[in-house]
Amino acid sequence: MTSKATRQAFGEALAALGATHENIVVLDADLSKSTKSDLFAKKFPERFFEMGIAEANMLGTAAGLALSGKVPFCCSFAAFITGRYDQIRISVAYSEANVKIVGTHAGVAIGDDGYSQQGLEDIALMRAIPTMAVVQPADDIETAAAVKYLAEHQGPAFLRLTRQNVPRVHAEGYEFRFGKVDTLREGTDAVIFASGGTVGNAMAAAEALAAEGISLRVVNVHTIKPLDVEGVVAAVKASGNLAITAEDHTVIGGLGGAIAECLSENHPAKLLRIGVQDVFGESGAPAELVAKHGLDVAGIARQVKAFLGR
Amino acid sequence: MHAATSRETARSADPALVARLVEIAGRMRVDIIEMLARAGSGHPGGSLSAIDMVTALYFHVLAHDPKNAAWDGRDRFVLSKGHAVPAVYAVMAEAGYISRDDLQTLRVLGSPLQGHPVKSFVHAPGCEANTGSLGQGLSVAQGMALAAKLDGAAWRTYCMLGDGEMQEGQVWEALMSAPKFGLDNLTAILDYNKGQIDGPTNEVMNLEPLQQKLEAFNWHVIRIDGHDIAAFLGAIEEAKSVTGKPTFIIADTVKGKGVSFMENRIEWHGATPNPEQTKQALAELKR
Repeated sequence: MTSKATRQAFGEALAALGATHENIVVLDADLSKSTKSDLFAKKFPERFFEMGIAEANMLGTAAGLALSGKVPFCCSFAAFITGRYDQIRISVAYSEANVKIVGTHAGVAIGDDGYSQQGLEDIALMRAIPTMAVVQPADDIETAAAVKYLAEHQGPAFLRLTRQNVPRVHAEGYEFRFGKVDTLREGTDAVIFASGGTVGNAMAAAEALAAEGISLRVVNVHTIKPLDVEGVVAAVKASGNLAITAEDHTVIGGLGGAIAECLSENHPAKLLRIGVQDVFGESGAPAELVAKHGLDVAGIARQVKAFLGR
Repeated sequence: MHAATSRETARSADPALVARLVEIAGRMRVDIIEMLARAGSGHPGGSLSAIDMVTALYFHVLAHDPKNAAWDGRDRFVLSKGHAVPAVYAVMAEAGYISRDDLQTLRVLGSPLQGHPVKSFVHAPGCEANTGSLGQGLSVAQGMALAAKLDGAAWRTYCMLGDGEMQEGQVWEALMSAPKFGLDNLTAILDYNKGQIDGPTNEVMNLEPLQQKLEAFNWHVIRIDGHDIAAFLGAIEEAKSVTGKPTFIIADTVKGKGVSFMENRIEWHGATPNPEQTKQALAELKR
């Protein structure tokens, strides 16, 4: 199975888009080799700005570039870039600046470096800002499509990417529909809404559960904001009114929070939120951390079964 | 009166021009007091300290066109010290971006004249970016200057900062980066009125020796009296002649300048006059 980190797919997509989208400019804060924005920098050095370890200034500069007609992609680790919340809130979003905020190394799956480097609350932060779109692609194909969409989309957006390789869940020719969910697998006993690096494991868990007679629908939520309310409600209705979310992020305010809000307002249903349970991250091997937080295939399957009483 | 002028600047400005700008700035002070008195909240101290330079920017320095506000070739002016926006609203009305009646709607629900600059309602200088959370404007102005460089455009970017916000770390991040990018099309202007909410700037968090710090950061630095419009125009001309690096104009000013009981009084940072005080202030300003 093809497997690639979404940050890698992002870097490749951005470098390719640079040729046709002359207004794209890219900023990074001393992490371009990690965020993969260096792939753009090598091809278009005149449109790449190395800002040093100064994310607040980077975001403000990106806002100024955007207000002057450029389309800046502003890159760092998810934890660091969304940590400059007020610059995103005022200089970017409130100023209606067309800045694409790219946060890589999201979630506990980045591993050993520990909590300070792990973006665990970034979706919650970005989701709370008016006009801010939040997009988290599940594989390389979806990432390339999302990057192209965001380059042409008018308005601020947060793109959340993985450090680790993730399995491909889409076929070539996949159509990225901003603001819509993708049903990756049909199922009737319950629906699991997954996003980003967790989608592949959710799919594998559904496969494992099928062998035990459990029919799990898998829905990929790449656009967490604006959320596809209709699509979410329809998926829940078709799946026994039992909903599960799975994400490498705190369950508060992220995908789990978004689905909880959506369901309680539109179609109350029983919900299980799989993710980081209001605790700090820690150092460990990526696989160990993913397992500890129940985000691996076995962990997801175990929690789903408990939720279903099976 | 701060007359600290550590550098000789060109004083070639036409005396008639300077006299006209002084006259406009005087009327702008009246507008500031009237709109703040009516609003019942806002920041007179920093609006009055900035107004001479804001007036000079609008009516001589900046390339802009009130009849074509979104003109691509306009110079950009970012008011990083967003709480001084009454100064900008006053000159916007004088220039014809908004009506004089609009000034009466400062801080009124539904009015475009928000308590801090909002870019969405008009592309006027000073409202190019939303500000008010201090310390962010110089970075935004830097981005604009970078965009002009990328496009080979001739327009220039100006950013006015307050002294209190120089305490924000982000300002120093921008002070580091703008010289790296050789932004000689960027001019920062410090409205150095020496006061902030909790007290004198040099007691809250001293900036000095400021000129040496800025020069150490590779800026071209000019220090003037910010109420001396001829000196300000000279500094602006000097900034235009500098190549390869940005210019920082340290403008020594008086908080509350023009109203005797507000001058150099910290308590007028964010307080508005009652009817009696308003009457007195207007009497002084209309002399």
